[in-house]
Amino acid sequence: MKIGLFIPCYVDQFYPQVAIATLQLLEKLGLDVDYPLNQTCCGQPMANSGFEKYAKGCDALFTKNFAQYDYIVSPSGSCVLHVKEHLHDDKNPAAAEHIRGRVYELCEFLTDILKVKDLEARFPHKVGFHISCHGQRGLHLSQMSELVAEDFSKPGYLLNMVKDLELIPLNRKDECCGFGGTFCVSEEAVSVKMGKDRVQDHLQHQAEYITGGDMSCLMHLEGILRRQKSPVKVVHIAEILNGSYA
Amino acid sequence: MHNEYIIPTDHATAAEVFLQDEERANWHDKALWFIREKRDVATKQIPDWELLRETASQIKQNVLGNLDNYLEMFEQNALQNGIKVHWAADAAEHNQIVLNIIQQHGIQKLVKSKSMLTEECHLNDYLLENGIDVIDTDLGERVVQLAKEPPSHIVLPCIHKRKEEVGELFHIHLGTEKGASDPAYLTEAARQHLREKFLTSDLAITGVNFAIAETGGFVVCTNEGNADMGAHLAKVHIACMGIEKIIPKAENLGVFLRLLARSATGQPITTYSSHFHRPAKGQEMHLVLVDNGRSVQLGLKDFYNSLKCIRCGACINTCPVYRRSGGHSYHYAISGPIGAILAPNMDMRKNADLPFASTLCGSCTNVCPVKIDIHNQLYKWRQVLGEEGYVPATKKQSMKAMGSLLSNPTLYRIAGKSGRTMMRLLPGLANNKALNPWAKQRDMPAPPKESFRDWYLKNKKQHD
Repeated sequence: MKIGLFIPCYVDQFYPQVAIATLQLLEKLGLDVDYPLNQTCCGQPMANSGFEKYAKGCDALFTKNFAQYDYIVSPSGSCVLHVKEHLHDDKNPAAAEHIRGRVYELCEFLTDILKVKDLEARFPHKVGFHISCHGQRGLHLSQMSELVAEDFSKPGYLLNMVKDLELIPLNRKDECCGFGGTFCVSEEAVSVKMGKDRVQDHLQHQAEYITGGDMSCLMHLEGILRRQKSPVKVVHIAEILNGSYA
Repeated sequence: MHNEYIIPTDHATAAEVFLQDEERANWHDKALWFIREKRDVATKQIPDWELLRETASQIKQNVLGNLDNYLEMFEQNALQNGIKVHWAADAAEHNQIVLNIIQQHGIQKLVKSKSMLTEECHLNDYLLENGIDVIDTDLGERVVQLAKEPPSHIVLPCIHKRKEEVGELFHIHLGTEKGASDPAYLTEAARQHLREKFLTSDLAITGVNFAIAETGGFVVCTNEGNADMGAHLAKVHIACMGIEKIIPKAENLGVFLRLLARSATGQPITTYSSHFHRPAKGQEMHLVLVDNGRSVQLGLKDFYNSLKCIRCGACINTCPVYRRSGGHSYHYAISGPIGAILAPNMDMRKNADLPFASTLCGSCTNVCPVKIDIHNQLYKWRQVLGEEGYVPATKKQSMKAMGSLLSNPTLYRIAGKSGRTMMRLLPGLANNKALNPWAKQRDMPAPPKESFRDWYLKNKKQHD
């Protein structure tokens, strides 16, 4: 089983420790992981702005980079959802289809494919979990509060394996943080207000850390926390599960 | 009474204005979230809720696939019942038809219960221009009418107003005590005020929630009974409906009435679900069936199922953007996510900003009682707007440049590295609030010296 590690562009550039944690975690679980060196971006920023046509170059590059793998794994629900729903390559339609069916967000890969039962990790802190909308409502990583359906959470299942980690409750368990891609600048006022409210929910429940599966949401929340000079930190779930957060 | 509310240029600008009063924004958000939570509680009492949604969606699917037949069946049965049926291709024709009926009876003033269709057609303004006085009888609608504003929400028209503001309006217009804001006191004042209007009106306009093809009858849902009071006391009743309001059978109400109020407010059913079949003795009943862009929407593969909407407002209540930007920021008769997918069909240029007033979080789709894939349609409208040239040129150019850059791994790496270096060397520039909207209220991430790829080449490549 050959794994292609897909690292979103902004994680590669700004949060290398998240990518390192993902790679180390997968390797610790005995997997053969490859990082295709010519990867860039999944194309979501252009597509979500109304220009799927300007994402075609990214699509072709992505298809070329990842067609050869049995599974493509990434520490981002949002980027994975975009690939799953929108990756098309006119020159290699079969390869694109293969990738769409084989791309996994890290947590769901651990629970659904690897069926992980325990992890060597400890995180002795109060942690709030922010589920990204694309991870939840797009990839169904956990149950959506709007539906009348049985509760579950794949990231929650994994966090429960981490020693001494105390998961705090939230008033609004799956409210959007307001990042929204280019929305975060085109609708700056609403985006920031949503982020402030999301942060407040965590602070109100004494979170020491906010974690999640999408660094984009966390980057936005981190920006607000830092501006507020809050001691609360953000940490990607891969860093907690890998036990590598310093 | 013209709407004097000045609509700011676009959603983002209007939202920024709305958010300047953060305390009000917090209160607005909490008020709507309270309703969303009430909805959750109500839906969780129905074990088959998701099946009910699916059933409703499929009934509407059948209706939209056979709309011509159902409309003809409905017309035939309504005519047999003694209802006068009118067809309007657009808003102008609708308004003209309504005015003609009013003028034929020599009527000067009328009462109207809530109808989003008449809002969509701007009927009030039109009638006023023609010397007809319209009194909105839904309490929330009366409040915004007195304030000379459009409704900000299809179910809760004055949700953006606090009780103190309502008190001030009532003091000016209804003569209530200055400074009084007790809801019971204000409601009683409105009740007395409206009672007089009901008793002295010869004509009543209502909306239609469901029109039943097999019976030729229709159902109007209100919580205040104002549609009934208007329609029963007036000599002439005009009901206005969009052509998508059809359901095939009366028994389908067992699905839709269960969904409507639970989705809208968390109530098991609206207080009044009034069934109208034929005019009472000595009364005249008219029904105006309006297209106004609906048959165009019906022909759009990606967007036709927005016509399933039963106007419950659940998507509006749950929308985290709506809750923090207010209904007026959508500058369309129907606000929130559903408005944002209906409005571009009416006027792409004017409403090009609305599909972008969303994070695509998808909560709207999950609460929709007829399972409209609202957030997917927002995404698809963005593509249409991009293709048709309704996205600002600067955004288009930057997306084109970004697309080229990100298709080229070498350029991407150079840009990433120089960007991070620049941020490290000139943090003041990256965090400049005037140049970078991100940094107005948020810090930029701290730029690391090496990218993951750099690290990987240094630490891992030897294994390959």
